[in-house]
Amino acid sequence: MGSRDKETENKPQGSDFCAQSVATRDAYGSALLELGRRNEHVVVLDADLSGSTKTAKFAKAFPDRFFNMGIAEQDMIGTAGGLSLTGKIPFASTFAVFETGRAWEQIRQTLCYSGLNVKLVATHAGITVGEDGASHQALEDIALMRVIPNMTVIVPSDGFETKQVIDAIADYKLPVYVRLGRAKVPPVMPADYRFEIGKAYKFNLGRDVTIISTGIMVSKALQARESLQRKGLDAGVINMSTIKPLDTDAVLEAAKFSKLIITAEEHSVIGGLGGAVSEFLAEHYPTHVLKIGTRDTFGCSGTPDELIKLFGLTSEDIVKAINGFFEKAPR
Amino acid sequence: METPIQAPDILSLTEQARIVRIEILKMLTASGSGHTGGSLSAADIVTALYFHKMKHRPKDPAWQGRDRFILSKGHAAPLLYAVLALSGYFDKTLLANLRQVGCVLQGHPSSKLIEGVEVSTGSLGQGLSIANGISLGLRLDKSSSRVYCLLGDGETQEGQVWEAAMSAGHYMLDNLCAIIDANDLQIDGKCADVMKVEPIAKKWESFNWHVFEINGHDMEEIVKALDEAEKIKGKPSVIVARTVKSKGVSFFEGKAEYHGLTPTKEELEKALLELGGNGK
Repeated sequence: MGSRDKETENKPQGSDFCAQSVATRDAYGSALLELGRRNEHVVVLDADLSGSTKTAKFAKAFPDRFFNMGIAEQDMIGTAGGLSLTGKIPFASTFAVFETGRAWEQIRQTLCYSGLNVKLVATHAGITVGEDGASHQALEDIALMRVIPNMTVIVPSDGFETKQVIDAIADYKLPVYVRLGRAKVPPVMPADYRFEIGKAYKFNLGRDVTIISTGIMVSKALQARESLQRKGLDAGVINMSTIKPLDTDAVLEAAKFSKLIITAEEHSVIGGLGGAVSEFLAEHYPTHVLKIGTRDTFGCSGTPDELIKLFGLTSEDIVKAINGFFEKAPR
Repeated sequence: METPIQAPDILSLTEQARIVRIEILKMLTASGSGHTGGSLSAADIVTALYFHKMKHRPKDPAWQGRDRFILSKGHAAPLLYAVLALSGYFDKTLLANLRQVGCVLQGHPSSKLIEGVEVSTGSLGQGLSIANGISLGLRLDKSSSRVYCLLGDGETQEGQVWEAAMSAGHYMLDNLCAIIDANDLQIDGKCADVMKVEPIAKKWESFNWHVFEINGHDMEEIVKALDEAEKIKGKPSVIVARTVKSKGVSFFEGKAEYHGLTPTKEELEKALLELGGNGK
C-alpha cells in the first residue's frame, strides 16, 4: 500500500467541512446523522427545536431513536438520564439558554451527581443568535456548566472540529456540554487536526502576546494575529476548545512564553474561558490576563455582525486591547 | 436467586414490612438525623415491591433483566437502605452508620456509592423523568422489565413532575408504574394548607394515566394494584396510595414535625414495643 492510501485512511470523518464556512449547528446535524448510522446506541432528544438545532436530520433517519420531549427542558434532561441508564448514549439538544439555565439543577442532580453518560449539545449560544435578542442569547452557559463536578465543557471553533467533537464525546462516558452557534463560521482548523478532549490546539505562541480563544472567537483571534504581526508584535493563538478540563499545560506554557495573555470568547468575561484561565494563572503563575467577552451585560436584537461590533468582539477589539496594554506598559 | 415470592403471601409481606420499619427506626435513632415520617409511610409499598413484585438479584445488581425502582422522594433513603440491606445488597450492620462521614449511606441516596440504587435522588421532582427515560430505553431493547417510581404527594408540587406525567402519557409507557405516597403532609404542614395537590387521581387521569387508588397500608390492596398495573396496556399506571405519615409509630403518626425528626432512644424503645419488635 502506498503512502497515499494511508493518508486517505487517516483522513478524519467530516473533513469535507475543512474548507467551508458552516454553522457549527449544521455540522452537528450531519455529524449526529453519521454517528447514528454507526452506533445504534445513540438516541437523541430535543425540546421542540429540532429544526433549529438540526437534530431533525437524525429524527428523520431514525424516528424510533428520536424523542421530542416538547417544550419541557427539565423533563428532557431527566429522560436523557434515564435512557443512559439502559446503556443508550443520549444526545439532548435545545438552545443553550434553556438547556443550561432552565434545566441547570436537573443537570447537576440527575446527570452530574450520578455521573450519567448524557451529551448536552446546545445550539444558539452567544450573541450571534442575533435578532431574537437577549432572552435567547446565552452568555452565561459556560460558567453554569463549568462549575458542576463531573462535567466537561467543549466549544468547537468550526464545522470540522464540531464533527470530531461529536464523535469523541460519544466514546466518553460522563456528561458533556457542547456549545454550538447559529451563525456560519469560517473554517480555522488545519486538515490534519485531531480533536482530543482536554487538549488545546496551539497555532503558535507569541513572544509578546498569546490569544487564548474559543468557539467563533478563534477565527477573530487569527485575524487579530495577522494585524498585530503586521505592526511588529509577536502574537500567538491557541484554540482552547475544551474549557473544562482546561489544558493547563498549554496555558502555563503560553504564560511563560508571552508577556501578555488575552482570552477571547463569545460569553461573559465572568466565569467562562477568561475566568478559567485567570483562576488557573492567579494560583500557579500570576500573569497579566486581558479578557475579551461580554461585560456583565445581556445581549440585544440585531444582526450577528452588528452585535459582534456592539459588544466588542471583533478582531479589531482584540488588537485594540493588546495595543492599549503595550502602550501603557512598553515592551 | 431472584427474590419475588411466586404466590403473594400477604402475611409474610406484612411481617417483612414490620421488620423494615424496625430497621428504619433503628438507623434513624443511630444517625440522629434523617426523614422518619416519609420513610414509614411508604414502608408497606416498597416492601411489596422488593419482596414480592420486582424481579431483581441482590447479588447481581446490574442484572439486565431486573425491574427498576426509582426513589423520586429521595429523603425516604432510610426505607430504601432498609429494603436493600434486608434483600441482601449489603450488610445490615452498615445501616448503623447512616449519614456518617465516609459511609456510603448518604443522607439522600447516591448511585455512585451503593449497588442497587439506580440513580441519585434527593432533589424532589426529578425521578419520574428518569423513570420515563428508563422505560423508553427498555422498550427500545424490547425488554420485559418494568419500572417503578415512588413520589411523595407534596413532591407533585414540582412542575417537572407534570412535564414527566405528560411525557409518560404521550409515549404510552405501559412498562411504567408510578406510586404516589399520599400521606397528606409536607415539611410546613398539611399539603392542603401549603399547596393543594388534590384531586390527585383526576390530575393523573387527565394526563392519560391509568389510576389506582388504594389504602397504602393494606398489603392485599398494594399487591393487587401492582399486579393489576402490569396488565394495563397503552398507558402508564399510577397508584395513589393513601398513607399515614410515620405509620406504625402511634405517637409520631400524622405529625408534620416527624417529617425530619428522628426518634430519641426512649422513643425508639417505645416504638419497638408497639411494633412488637425486639430489635432483632
